Amino acid sequence: MTTRTLPTTPAQAAQAAEPVPQARFDKLPLLLLAGLMLAALPLIGSASSWATLTVAGLAMGLIIFIIASGLTLVFGLMDVLNFGHGVFIALGAFVATTVMGAMGAWTDNPSLLANLVAVGTACLAGMLAAAALGLVFERVMVRPVYGMHLKQILITMGGMIIGEELIKAVWGPQLIAMPLPEGLRGSLLFGDVAVEKFRLVAVVLGLLVFMALLLVLNRTKLGLLIRAGVQDREMVESLGYRIKRLFVGVFVGGSALAGLGGVMWGLYQQGVTPQIGGQVNTLIFIVIIIGGLGSTLGCFVGALAVGLMANYCGFLAPKVALFSNIALMVAVLLWRPQGLYPVTNR
Amino acid sequence: MFKALLSHDLPRSKLLALALAIAVLGLAFTPFIFPGTKALNVAAKIMVFIVLVASYDLLLGYTGIVSFAHTMFFGIGAYGVAIASTRMGPGWEAVALGLGGALLASLLLSLVIGLFSLRVKAIFFAMITLAVASAFMTLASQLSDFTGGEDGLSFKVPEALQPGTEYLEEPFLGASIDGRFLSYYLLFVATVALVLLMLRIVNSPFGRVLQAIRENDFRAEAIGYRSVVYRTLSNVLAALFACAAGALLALWLRYNGPDTSLAFELMLDILLIVVIGGMGTIYGAVIGSVLFVLAQSYLQDLMKLGADRLVDVPLLSQLISPDRWLLWLGLLFVLSVYHFPSGIVGRLRLRAMLHEPTTGRPRVGSTPPGGGGGPLPPPGGSVNKESS
Repeated sequence: MTTRTLPTTPAQAAQAAEPVPQARFDKLPLLLLAGLMLAALPLIGSASSWATLTVAGLAMGLIIFIIASGLTLVFGLMDVLNFGHGVFIALGAFVATTVMGAMGAWTDNPSLLANLVAVGTACLAGMLAAAALGLVFERVMVRPVYGMHLKQILITMGGMIIGEELIKAVWGPQLIAMPLPEGLRGSLLFGDVAVEKFRLVAVVLGLLVFMALLLVLNRTKLGLLIRAGVQDREMVESLGYRIKRLFVGVFVGGSALAGLGGVMWGLYQQGVTPQIGGQVNTLIFIVIIIGGLGSTLGCFVGALAVGLMANYCGFLAPKVALFSNIALMVAVLLWRPQGLYPVTNR
Repeated sequence: MFKALLSHDLPRSKLLALALAIAVLGLAFTPFIFPGTKALNVAAKIMVFIVLVASYDLLLGYTGIVSFAHTMFFGIGAYGVAIASTRMGPGWEAVALGLGGALLASLLLSLVIGLFSLRVKAIFFAMITLAVASAFMTLASQLSDFTGGEDGLSFKVPEALQPGTEYLEEPFLGASIDGRFLSYYLLFVATVALVLLMLRIVNSPFGRVLQAIRENDFRAEAIGYRSVVYRTLSNVLAALFACAAGALLALWLRYNGPDTSLAFELMLDILLIVVIGGMGTIYGAVIGSVLFVLAQSYLQDLMKLGADRLVDVPLLSQLISPDRWLLWLGLLFVLSVYHFPSGIVGRLRLRAMLHEPTTGRPRVGSTPPGGGGGPLPPPGGSVNKESS
């Protein structure tokens, strides 16, 4: 930080009022993403399979981004890392299976519109359930342990176990199939590039969420406060804003997004198990470590990188794919130990 | 003599001393008091857990590091013995080579993880270890030529430890003196030795530095201790002890697979035992493991009885079915972190100190009185906030 004396005369004040120089936007991580895609092209060989894989990777990455964005905001804002984030994913997915099961007439309907209504309703129900759980979770689990990292880790982990077991008690421990509605099955052909329909839906939805997040964070006062809180919480507090209330809002919003991501993830895998939370948890941790804890853009880039990497490796060397995420994380941390977009003040 | 053995870290509570004595004597004479395979297996499991949990306590309770990769080292130890014994055939050389290789692998791996990621915040380290551990588990189940994949490896132990080897024709005081009996006492001696060694480590000047880092990383650094070095050493030591515990488990079970030594549930068990027993007290590992494993082995039967009774009540029967055992563990875990942060040992010591002010003097490095804080950092002062 540069030290600067306060302006004492009007002339100095006028000088200080010059527009603050914009921080240079760091393009390197985006280039990394582009590099990853370009490097995969010669390795895969055929352009059409490359395109298919890229769309699949982007779809997967965007779903992960939907899940992880709330978590990384919560971490940035309140320094709380919720190890129980996976529960919201699982709850969202399970509620969605019930809703979609009940809407059988809509999902079996060949009309795409009816299918989308069914999926939309399931998403909404999953989001609402996850948001409600998020509210309870924040009250009961997280609130008593602000500022204590060790306890946070332990408590939220405990919350994760309890949530997972309750889900098993309600829905049973076995895998529940979550078939795609009629109209979303199969793939579209663009030339000789086959793209699964559902992945297109996932890409569109993920981009919508990303846009919405960017708009809220960059163009509204709420977003200004959230971003300011992530940068320096105490300063925002001393300006008179109740950051805890803001935090509850972000936490509930993040839970709802996780619920939405859970529905999408369940549809993506066409089935949900109660262990889904734990599996995805590892993935989203890797994503937010890669992105830089607390950074939304970093989370976006990290999620896309993980999604692309997983799909390319899954095609090139299926055995290696299981470790591609770890390899990516190690490589990124060696390059930038604080993640791709380090949040200042941390 | 006794004091020196316990490294001058006495129980400092009559009840705790009594409980410890019962635990040790019970484990020492299990083959004579409780004949039967189940009791022997439960006692062996308790002992493996004691070593494993005490080694985790070295990391969590004494240094304040949350790692989710502890079962990875446990698994390395178990796989070391298992792989060497399958490849080389049963024999002491195989066990020695397997254990040696596993210890070396744990040493290197924990060193790399420590140097690589212990500079960062506690939460960061927890996440990285979680990721590494899940990758390792995938690795173990994928390399099926080497590790037996999901099926695991069944192997033969050295002949002296095989159940078929009879040493006395007649049972002695109700216990048959065979290879199983010898394995049990090998396990017992190893457990006692390892626990005493860990007690020695945490009560050495080195252990005091670890506690200083746990309490206030910034000040410890200011006095001149490189906290990264000490954290890494603590990580390596914990990994080595966990590896030894894994080897003991493999020797006892004569089998190892991903579910036995790498499962994430195992990590949860460890966390739970550490918290319930009392963080930052090696004795907590002993008391916690005994209670936990006994509960796990016998309470599930009780829950089954309850669930059978309530089979008509829809949700309740689900909740107390033995499959939902983990739910109650989770609840217990959360409640004990909130209301019971110093664990059983911390509570007993506190009680002894309040009731007998003359005998229970507070000592440096013990669990602080008050019961509220335990080894956890005070509100506001999060663990190694600035070290990056």
